Amino acid sequence: MTTSSNLVWLIALPLICSALLLLAGKRANAWGHLVATLVSASAFAIGVVELFAMLGRDVQDRPVTQKVFTWISVGDFKVDASLLLDQLSICFVLLITGVGTLIHIYSIAYMSHDRDRRRFFAYLNLFIAAMLLLVLGDSYLNLYVGWEGVGLASYLLIGFWNEKPAYATAAKKAFIANRVGDVGLSLAIMIAFATFGDVTFKGIQAQADQASSSAMTAIGLMLLLAAVGKSAQFPLQAWLGDAMAGPTPVSALIHAATMVTAGVYLITRSNFIFDAAPTAQLVVIIIGVITLLFGAVIGMAKDDIKKALAASTMSQIGYMILATGLGPIGYAFAIMHLLTHGFFKASMFLGAGSVMHGMKDEVNMRKYGGIGKYMPFTFITFGLGYLAIIGVPPFSGFYSKDKIIETAFNAGGLKGVLLGVATLFGATLTAFYMTRVVIMTFFGNERWGHKDEPHESPALMLIPISLLSIGSVASGFLLYRNHALEYWLKPIVNPAGEQHLEELVQPIVVSALAVTAVIIGVSIAIKKYRGEISSEAPVKVNLLTKAARRDLYQDDFNESVFMRPGQSVVKSLLNFDYKVLDGLVRLVGGISIGAGQSLRKFQNGYVRSYALMMVVGVLALLITVWLMSS
Amino acid sequence: MSLLTTIGLMPLIAALIIGFLPKLNDELIKRVAFISTTLIAIASIFLATGFDRSQTGFQFTQSNSWISAFNINYAVGIDGISLVLILLSTILVPIVILATWHESDVGRWGSKVFYILILVLETLMIGVFAATDLFLFYVFFEAMLIPVYFLIGGYGSGEKSAAAVKFLLYSLFGGLLMLASIIGIYVIADNQIGATFDITQLAKLQIDDTTENLLFLGFFIAFAIKAPLVPFHTWLPDAAKSATPGTSVLLLGVLDKVGTYGMIRFCITLFPDASKTFTPYIITLAVISILYGAFMAIGQKEIKGLIAFTSISHFGFITMGIFAMTTQGMSGAALYMVNHGFSTAALFLIAGWMIKRRNSSIISDFGGLQRVTPVMAWMFFIAGMSSLALPGLSSFVSEFLVLVGTYTRYPVAAIIGTLGIVLAALYVLIPVQKTLHGPITPGNENTTDLSLREKLAIAPVVAVIIAMGFYPKPVLDLINPTAEKVVTTAGFTDPAPQVRK
Repeated sequence: MTTSSNLVWLIALPLICSALLLLAGKRANAWGHLVATLVSASAFAIGVVELFAMLGRDVQDRPVTQKVFTWISVGDFKVDASLLLDQLSICFVLLITGVGTLIHIYSIAYMSHDRDRRRFFAYLNLFIAAMLLLVLGDSYLNLYVGWEGVGLASYLLIGFWNEKPAYATAAKKAFIANRVGDVGLSLAIMIAFATFGDVTFKGIQAQADQASSSAMTAIGLMLLLAAVGKSAQFPLQAWLGDAMAGPTPVSALIHAATMVTAGVYLITRSNFIFDAAPTAQLVVIIIGVITLLFGAVIGMAKDDIKKALAASTMSQIGYMILATGLGPIGYAFAIMHLLTHGFFKASMFLGAGSVMHGMKDEVNMRKYGGIGKYMPFTFITFGLGYLAIIGVPPFSGFYSKDKIIETAFNAGGLKGVLLGVATLFGATLTAFYMTRVVIMTFFGNERWGHKDEPHESPALMLIPISLLSIGSVASGFLLYRNHALEYWLKPIVNPAGEQHLEELVQPIVVSALAVTAVIIGVSIAIKKYRGEISSEAPVKVNLLTKAARRDLYQDDFNESVFMRPGQSVVKSLLNFDYKVLDGLVRLVGGISIGAGQSLRKFQNGYVRSYALMMVVGVLALLITVWLMSS
Repeated sequence: MSLLTTIGLMPLIAALIIGFLPKLNDELIKRVAFISTTLIAIASIFLATGFDRSQTGFQFTQSNSWISAFNINYAVGIDGISLVLILLSTILVPIVILATWHESDVGRWGSKVFYILILVLETLMIGVFAATDLFLFYVFFEAMLIPVYFLIGGYGSGEKSAAAVKFLLYSLFGGLLMLASIIGIYVIADNQIGATFDITQLAKLQIDDTTENLLFLGFFIAFAIKAPLVPFHTWLPDAAKSATPGTSVLLLGVLDKVGTYGMIRFCITLFPDASKTFTPYIITLAVISILYGAFMAIGQKEIKGLIAFTSISHFGFITMGIFAMTTQGMSGAALYMVNHGFSTAALFLIAGWMIKRRNSSIISDFGGLQRVTPVMAWMFFIAGMSSLALPGLSSFVSEFLVLVGTYTRYPVAAIIGTLGIVLAALYVLIPVQKTLHGPITPGNENTTDLSLREKLAIAPVVAVIIAMGFYPKPVLDLINPTAEKVVTTAGFTDPAPQVRK
């Protein structure tokens, strides 16, 4: 296998920069953001260089590795800090550093008035480093470091304005939900080690055919748990909406384009495990379908623009997760949707940020309305992202979502029909909630209730948005054309070259159905929202809207099933510890804490008697020994 | 005289020198204490460089007859595990002295006695890890209590006297049980191979099952009190709350490790069969400790009590790793002892600074410190991340080794133990949010950030926490051969992977 000495710099540069900005303190305030942006751009440049180098090699020589140092080695448990850049990880490297750099540039302007801008850029660089490690690690344990690293960066960035208690709580909630997922990743690694004596992707893949199916199912399900936590899938999805507390560029980069899609990467990377574990695959499919509908339903009722977009992210990742469950053929389509989604969702989040910038940080769409004419550039770019996400041909989302719907139908039998219908239904819901967002924000009556007109954002913010817009327009076609991405990823995710089981439904029929689904969704939304929109959310709404506004009671569920019982466990243990365990000790020892003066005399007696006991003990020992030996 | 003995005597000599210094010259006393302990730390690093990693036996050995009537010897020597624990002890002492420069100013007997106690304690800590004669170990083990008792009772705060007594009572109970076992094993040795306290010799004895089980329990309970496992733990939170932060660092960071060290050195090595018999119960106890400590930590309102309970959870991990009887579990546990030493030191020292500034140790009295004292807040955050075993920091490596090493033999225990990582996130992030985030609570507006002295004290601790997360190899290389030897001599081999290559 080819080796490269460049890979470590991809991670080291942003990591060092992050540490530098944090350690330098105020001294770096003037230039910190510029250096961080430059570093991110350099990482992108390295990625591009590596891409061209990879294109220049034969298929079997494309992956490159680099061993950096021996990390842990105990008995058979040997883990090197080693990196692997192959056809799959290069997609992510370019997405992370490319979108990442654009978001750095955007943030220079967006965060220009924040007193902690330097710290913000330090966290962004930390995130880039951790996310690159996540996709470049050659073993599950290396991946784990990146996996929790992005969790840390996410925690720091969600809580960037943690003076507000609600934001600090949101950050904590995200970390804890992710940790639940991390239990899955930890256990997957343990089971893998017990099964294969190895935790590298290569080592496990080589022996995958010899493992028992129960071991594979167990590993698969644990990896899925990890993916569910990181990618905000049902039932660990509750943190993503709250994560919108972070600055909007963070929502775009971490909570839309890259980090939350890490679960899709994990499953795709572990294709050799899931392909050998049909049960786990089925659960993957179920989780994907539930989440894609769950997120869409929530998205239909949210008035907070960022939360509506977050619900949409949850739902779109549901599509991706579903596609990974339909492997081996589905993996490439999951990644295709991941990449196109990276463009259009990041573009729309930055667009939302631009709207907020012009609207005094207002996020409630009921206080928007008619903004299109004040912010034409933001409107157009957001509109392109909108056309892409709902899947209007020839925009990017059309191609990537279409392939997932097609693969779902072709899963065969009743399963195929059910999945196909679910994905189509999801497409209708997507069209509905996104049309709703666009109408409420850019069209209709102006509801912001203050005199200052919204203003367009500065060029530094608009340039990154427009570049992302180009991606949301063109990326789908480019990746789809001549099966470009499918063939590119084939050696990694589908080496056997498996095709659709049966072409149950012709692609052209699927496309027609998908477009019809979109038209239905858009029409309903237009019909419902074309009139005057109230600036206050209506109170008398149906049960489903009520539920969707409360995120389908996900927080209520977690609170009553985990939090409150957990709190009462803590409370009863505190009681048990003090009254029973310690009570017994106090009883036997005759100590009464807080008894005051009389105690002091008492304990001095104890010390003496203790010393006496020790002396007696030693003497007893010596005498016994002496008696025995004489 | 071996280098080991020399290093062990150095603190005692420093204590003597301080004894001759004028009582009122606090600053001079502190400087002498700091400089001498720094030199001792350097000397012990020098000792480590001379350690031959390819050998698994004791090195730097020395044996002199002490009480010849009973064949009791001053016998010392170190293997990989005792070496890293000595390094931990000698490196932490100067850091503690520098970090808590004014801790002794308000104590009952002044600085002079305080530093003499610390230095005497350092000699005893080195001795307890270096002793290869069981009787000598017992003497060090018991003698350690005395300076700690006076450090808590004389320099602590709050219910210090009651806490010190409780600490003594527990230790008394454990010590007596161990003493009984020591007498027992000596008698058996006397009958079989002649009178000896040499632990290498004692390991060769043939002991019948019932006797071995009883002797094992005597040792184990003493150690389970020292590195407290539930239900032997209730002394620790009280001691930690009352002791000065520096004493707490030495108590939880080093002295408690004598318990887990003793499990490896004595319980498993001297009584391999009994260890096998009791393993399932001990693993259960360890898992209970992991969860119990974590839940209790979540419920703490007081910051030092919180750190104490997190430690009980961590001792559960260490014990689980030890009795999993795999090389990963054993090495992971030994590494865990070192890592826990440093991360607990960081937590206690920073908590101590916070408490001193605020004059309160109640978590809810703090808030918004990230804005007021950014450096202190960052240090507390990193220490917290280390406590929840964030990958990239030192504790992750040891915790994962313990879990993976346990999983291969006791999967159910490992699975339940893994749930502890969610609880760890809770017990760290809840106090982090309450102390560092949110609006600045009244009374915290003018809190001063870390001084240069404090920064210099905490910097090496944080550096070790980060460096050992990425590159634990130097320490693992010291530990591995010894850990493997302990596992194999106890009659265990690592479970083979299900798929054979």
